[in-house]
Amino acid sequence: MTLAHEMAFASPQITAYAVEATEYPDLARRYRVTGVPKTVVNEHIEILGGLPEDAFIEQALG
Amino acid sequence: MPLLAPADQDRLRAEFSLMTRRVHLLFFTQALGSETCLLTRQILDEFPPLSDRVVIDEANLVLEPDRARQYGVDRVPAIAVLYEDETATLQPLPASGAAPPLDSRIRFLGMPAGYEFVSLVQAILLAGGRGSQLSAASLERLALVDKPVVMQVFTTPT
Repeated sequence: MTLAHEMAFASPQITAYAVEATEYPDLARRYRVTGVPKTVVNEHIEILGGLPEDAFIEQALG
Repeated sequence: MPLLAPADQDRLRAEFSLMTRRVHLLFFTQALGSETCLLTRQILDEFPPLSDRVVIDEANLVLEPDRARQYGVDRVPAIAVLYEDETATLQPLPASGAAPPLDSRIRFLGMPAGYEFVSLVQAILLAGGRGSQLSAASLERLALVDKPVVMQVFTTPT
């Protein structure tokens, strides 16, 4: 989670939410969360598991 | 009775003592019928006794819908991590109604227990002036972002 938060703090364009999946099953269902961590960017980019910093940022920003 | 063990309190007290900015944890709650809101407040209340640079503010999701909208919060418990710049931090705590603190754009939805507690501490330190842990190349890439990006990272407490 910390990486997404670091990204948000570094860019005024980025907002990052840590979502506790078991507490919000409706969100987990909506975004088809079957494992964690799962990152959803702008509703359509999905990143499964943890990635190295450069790969994570590249995938998140497309 | 504190939730944190004395050794953990000491470690956090030492880390928070390096903060150059005052951090406000804006806690969105809805007191009635939400056990996780009560537990989240208990967790957040661990911080202020360890540092006067960590402040807990509370907002009611139902009674303060404009504030919730401002911070993109539509459910509880939720936390928006805000901060004051170095100059403001040296002044007394602003009265309610004063200009709101700066927005780190860091949010937590759900109770920050387990691993998310560690993430919350990291977020406090980051907003508190610790400095980014990202590489120079990553910061350069992020400086080019010119459209809004919303990231949701789904986790579990363990």
